[in-house]
Amino acid sequence: MDDTATRAGTEPDYLKVEHSLRSWLLTTDHKRIGILYMISVTGFFFIAGIFALLMRLHLISPEGALFKPETYNRLFTMHGIIMVWFFLIPSIPNVLGNFAIPLMVGARDLAFPKLNLLSWYLFMAGGGLAIVSAALGGVDTGWTFYIPFSSNFSKTHVYWMAAGIFIAGFSSILTALNFIVTIHTMRAPGLTWLRLPLFLWSIYATSVILILATPVLAITLLLIAFERAFQVGIFDPNLGGDPVLFQHLFWFYSHPAVYIMILPAMGWVSEAIACFSRKRIFGYGFVAFSSLAIATFGFLVWAHHMFVAGMSMYGGLVFSVLSFAVAVPSAIKVFNWTATLHKGSISYHTPMLYALGFIGLFTIGGLTGLFVATLAVNVHVHDTYFIVAHFHYIMVGGTALGYLGSIHYWWPKISGKLFPDMWGRLAATVGFIGFNLTFFPQFLLGYLGMNRRYATYAPEFQFLNVLSTAGATILGVGYILPLIYLLWSLRYGKEAGPNPWGATGLEWLTPSPPPKHNFHEVPEVTWGAYNYHDMEAQDGRS
Amino acid sequence: MDGPETSIVAEQFQSLEQQKDADTLGMWVFLATEIMFFGGLFLAYTVYRIMYPEAWAEASGHTSFAIGTINTFVLLTSSLTVVLGLDAATLGRQRKLILFLVLTIVLGLTFLLLKGFEYYHHYKEGLFPGPGFRLEPEYARAALLFMCLYFAMTGLHALHMIVGLGLMSFLLIRAWRGLIRPEFPAHVEIIGLYWHFVDIVWIFLYPLLYLVDRHQ
Repeated sequence: MDDTATRAGTEPDYLKVEHSLRSWLLTTDHKRIGILYMISVTGFFFIAGIFALLMRLHLISPEGALFKPETYNRLFTMHGIIMVWFFLIPSIPNVLGNFAIPLMVGARDLAFPKLNLLSWYLFMAGGGLAIVSAALGGVDTGWTFYIPFSSNFSKTHVYWMAAGIFIAGFSSILTALNFIVTIHTMRAPGLTWLRLPLFLWSIYATSVILILATPVLAITLLLIAFERAFQVGIFDPNLGGDPVLFQHLFWFYSHPAVYIMILPAMGWVSEAIACFSRKRIFGYGFVAFSSLAIATFGFLVWAHHMFVAGMSMYGGLVFSVLSFAVAVPSAIKVFNWTATLHKGSISYHTPMLYALGFIGLFTIGGLTGLFVATLAVNVHVHDTYFIVAHFHYIMVGGTALGYLGSIHYWWPKISGKLFPDMWGRLAATVGFIGFNLTFFPQFLLGYLGMNRRYATYAPEFQFLNVLSTAGATILGVGYILPLIYLLWSLRYGKEAGPNPWGATGLEWLTPSPPPKHNFHEVPEVTWGAYNYHDMEAQDGRS
Repeated sequence: MDGPETSIVAEQFQSLEQQKDADTLGMWVFLATEIMFFGGLFLAYTVYRIMYPEAWAEASGHTSFAIGTINTFVLLTSSLTVVLGLDAATLGRQRKLILFLVLTIVLGLTFLLLKGFEYYHHYKEGLFPGPGFRLEPEYARAALLFMCLYFAMTGLHALHMIVGLGLMSFLLIRAWRGLIRPEFPAHVEIIGLYWHFVDIVWIFLYPLLYLVDRHQ
């Protein structure tokens, strides 16, 4: 079955092997599925981004400039839901994980290619239902679906939305299953666990969380549907249920989900920092195991979202301490990245700018996380813009930056073309400035007492809100620029060659773009990850 | 799972061994997801049982002890036939494999039939959540919660049984056509794993739903 003869060097790359739409929609090639995800996930990102922009425009004046309060409720709900489930969670794993994992482990494809295609269709079905729900008028429960908003109280399209998230959840689960099995069983000979690139460790930890947390959300949404369908009170206190139980179940998924979003970005940052410092990552083992530590601790801190929901003092204390504990593995990563930079020969290509931006913004997001994990401070800032700013530093400053950065990093491999680095650096800088201008004022607003999720606010907050809206506009430019020049590069970009960054890793041993089955022969690995020193020595450049 | 259709080893794998490992690990990981899926329900059950112990005892008295017990035996026996089927597949005994698969399917259908009969009984008794619900008024609210969870848990379990029966029928067709080869009985093994899992869920459901405080 191994048709070696046809693979003699002239094999067309995966983009050119077939051209019909059908060949894309029925593909089982992990690289093509990665691109299907890239298109759909980016689409959802811009849809949710438009909701955010409308919100920011509305908040330009204290009494609310554009919408009725009911409409505003739907805007922030739709923004949150689509961003969380249809952009942040699938972004890096489903796009770049799909594209890069088999290449990085030296395999021809993921372990279950058909399952992989199925999970894209599930994702699209879920996303379709979410869009239907938005088109019918949206949902006004907040992305958290708290009881009683989501039970018999809400008259909006909770069913459609819950069904969409339920189905998209199975897409996440199947993708994670595929990744775990692939990383376990399909590594190339010699590629031991401690030789794996750190991106794979991160994806592995992410997948474990997806496997264990997503089903809990699924059953919770199912119970809500049950509650609405039979008019019973599984969570509704008027009918004997316990609304706090809903919050526990919801956050048991949704807190680990934060790590689902951030871990893959952290993994990619390790790749980029090592590559653009021309150094082996400092403390490889610590960085690798800190991913697993984050995944483990991440499951034990969910109730820090509920400090004001009626929890015993001791319960609060335990969850507060455990939340502090998550900071340890996170800090290990930041310190090791910094130590890697030390005495490296650093070059500031676009991916590196994104990676450095990630470190700075993630550090701010992480440190303010300690503020909100502190019981007394938490009561003060609960449900204010301080929280909004905190998690946007993690999700936008961390995950969205990581998504953009990793697309830039692997773009030459994905498309075979180089993007204009000048424009890339410009976009990264504009985005960084816009981001800080948008969200830093929100820390101040929250600390001064501006509540989140209100369509109006006190007049003294206007100045900072206007700043934030101005920043959001700049941030928007930072997102649209890459869309333009990356598409431009598909046609006009220079040929990338197999390894434009001079990076280590098996994916850079293949031609760009890689052939359909990735490797003509399965590579045999005799070196550790990030052996930049050996590489420089060979080139005679060091 | 992606099965070998024409040649045994799918093109993404290097060897049969690797494919076997991947298939089996895939099922185990899936079962981990399933455990957490049912876990949410078990948590809700536990919380409300602690909140409403009397209502729980009262409502669980309305489940059918006889049917629950018989069904437990039926399911456990079906797990035995699955294992015997795997044994037969490994040894390449085609006819025995088919026999045990048929037995498993018959036992699975028996379980569902009895369960359906029990549901019908609940319906007649007015235990379905909704306007027709009638149970002692002093416990009605909490008893309704019990019945909700009862139907959610057993209903999801039954759904898993139906999927399991579909998978078993798939195996039966393959065995009938002689496509299950002794050197690669992975399908029998991983579908068997799934079947055992569904069985184990029932082993937890049975005491929690049928035996709670029966002695009172």
